Amino acid sequence: MGNIVVAIKQVFDTEAVIAISGGKISDQGVKLVVNPFDEFAIEEALKIKEAGGADEVTIVSVGGEKAPEAIRTALAMGADKGIHVDISSLGVIDEFVAAEYLAKAIATVPYDLVLAGRIAIDDGSSQVAVRAAEVLGIPSVSSILKLDIAGSTATVSREIDGGTETIEIPIPALFTAQKGLNEPRLPSMMGIMKAKKKDLTVLTPADLGVDATAKSNVLEYSLPPARAAGKKLTGEAADTAAELAKLLREEAKVI
Amino acid sequence: MDFGLTEEQQMVQDMAKRFAEDEIAPYIEEDEENHHYRREILTKMGELGLLGWSIPEEYGGNGMGWMEAVTALYEIAKVHTSWRLSISGNCWGPAFTINEYGTEEQKQKYIPGLVSGEFVGSFAITEANVGSDVGAMKTTAEDKGDHWLLNGSKMWISGGHTCDVGLVYAVTREGGGVKGLSCFVIDYRDIEGCERIPIHSKVGMWPAPTSELVFENCKIPKDALLGEEGKGFQICMWMLNNTRMGCATGSAALAAACGEGAAQYCNERIQFGQPIGKFQAIQHQIATLKLEEDAAKYLVYRAAWLKENKLPSQQATSIAKVYGCKAAVEGANLAMKIYGAYGYSTEYPCGRWLRDAKQFETLEGTSNIHMGIIGGIELGYQPNR
Ligand SMILES: Cc1cc2nc3c(=O)[nH]c(=O)nc-3n(C[C@H](O)[C@H](O)[C@H](O)COP(=O)(O)OP(=O)(O)OC[C@H]3O[C@@H](n4cnc5c(N)ncnc54)[C@H](O)[C@@H]3O)c2cc1C
Repeated sequence: MGNIVVAIKQVFDTEAVIAISGGKISDQGVKLVVNPFDEFAIEEALKIKEAGGADEVTIVSVGGEKAPEAIRTALAMGADKGIHVDISSLGVIDEFVAAEYLAKAIATVPYDLVLAGRIAIDDGSSQVAVRAAEVLGIPSVSSILKLDIAGSTATVSREIDGGTETIEIPIPALFTAQKGLNEPRLPSMMGIMKAKKKDLTVLTPADLGVDATAKSNVLEYSLPPARAAGKKLTGEAADTAAELAKLLREEAKVI
Repeated sequence: MDFGLTEEQQMVQDMAKRFAEDEIAPYIEEDEENHHYRREILTKMGELGLLGWSIPEEYGGNGMGWMEAVTALYEIAKVHTSWRLSISGNCWGPAFTINEYGTEEQKQKYIPGLVSGEFVGSFAITEANVGSDVGAMKTTAEDKGDHWLLNGSKMWISGGHTCDVGLVYAVTREGGGVKGLSCFVIDYRDIEGCERIPIHSKVGMWPAPTSELVFENCKIPKDALLGEEGKGFQICMWMLNNTRMGCATGSAALAAACGEGAAQYCNERIQFGQPIGKFQAIQHQIATLKLEEDAAKYLVYRAAWLKENKLPSQQATSIAKVYGCKAAVEGANLAMKIYGAYGYSTEYPCGRWLRDAKQFETLEGTSNIHMGIIGGIELGYQPNR
């Protein structure tokens, strides 16, 4: 097998405090990281390569001007080269547009396997990677927990309700990674130094010749309501215990 | 002037933080309680290149220098102070000094192992009766023609009984002192006549082992000598000017840990119907913590920058070290107050912070000694190296 492409997205750090300003989610002072689920995809690609199962791992990211930071983190983990589709000129895009760009960018390199995260923790659509597979005309399986490649066949496992499903599928194919697929490595200091010298190609929308306009339109962003104040139960212990059990069952619906 | 981190330094910071949170934090309580040195952590540090600062890549160095080193050490020390010691114990102590003074053979034999974490390292200067006055040390190394014979003992040696290799300073000329000391690289796996006794009585730094070393007619090979015979004092001072950055950075990081912990606690703890952070008196305590944290941190970066640019850094290093200790002790003190009774409980980290903060005032030159260096340089009594 030759080349593995890993699609990654730069997202807000999980600890970021989300604020809305001017109708948009503000990225003011927010730390950006590689989407945690994409780290599983990167790790899997690197493991396959290290086991002799691939020659090269290419990282592709469709994103704004800071996306190269995420790509370089993946390069520091050990990926070979990166492609950044710089969409900062595009304004707001939807999953359809993102998938078109991602697919076109993936198609600029030879690939036998495409890996991505199961979900991006920011908008949580779980659509872009699998839609890119559609555009590329290759099969896909989502949320995999195990991946084995033998010749031109991949065997993957995924968790389904009450058990595990094992699927055999010809490659090239696209898989999205679920937490548990592996333990992503941290980039080493040597890796960080090497990343500086690795190829990172920047493509503009014009370079890819994609003609796509968003099919959906976000009307509004709103923050979840502030947490309501706690409830204090007073009275005899036996009564409050019964009351608590009732509330936990009927209101909180946790028991 | 630029106060920001480069993209690589940012990556170093992120990585070190994650490393500390994933690989060190889960074991803090257990290892504190059992005074356990978890060697696997050192191995992992080596694998990730966290022990290879300012070391040529041909010996396994990570290709990075002082700015990146203090950035990483800071994140590690913030999570658990004990683990900042390994960067001095392996890298800045033995590896970096061997790189500066060693023969090609010594470099090849020791540096890669120290940097990869295959070896645990150490350096031994202090003796039971010799602390600040390094030149007064009594341990001797006698030239026996085809070998050296070590006699004497060393005290308070970090990693003394867990290390594989380390530097030992000893008297090789009658009277010792500035002209009579030499430095040796000892391969502890390969010598007889050295008893290594763990010290269990430390007030803090429990997962970082400390030991007494007793040398009794201990034969060490002729080529164990590092640098020139009689130049041990100079080598020692050169080394300390580097290893001290471990203390400076570690203490600054401890101050930051106290500040962050205290701020979080202030937002959670409710008294008189509001978070305690709403009280002005507490706000001033938090402000003091922040002042100390920032001042200590930027003094560390200044010293690191001078070192990276090969400019005289001794005074700046001493300033960072003295200030860092002060920040750490004051930070730990304030944190314990802010956490109230919980601060005094072993269930919270305040006790560990305070115990660990106090070491910095003594280790690698007491604050008095550093004040002497700072003042002496300022008055023109000694050069700033
Ligand atoms: C946890 C820990 C780990 C250590 N690890 C190592 C190690 O790895 N290797 C190693 O070699 N050593 C190590 N040490 C020893 C440490 O470096 C010494 O403790 C330190 O140098 C101070 O020496 P001392 O404790 O003998 O104090 P002393 O020198 O006896 O000082 C006692 C007091 O007198 C003051 N004083 C002394 N001289 C002067 C002066 N000229 N002017 C003003 N005040 C003065 C000091 O400031 C101090 O307050 C370690 C110590 C500790 C606690």
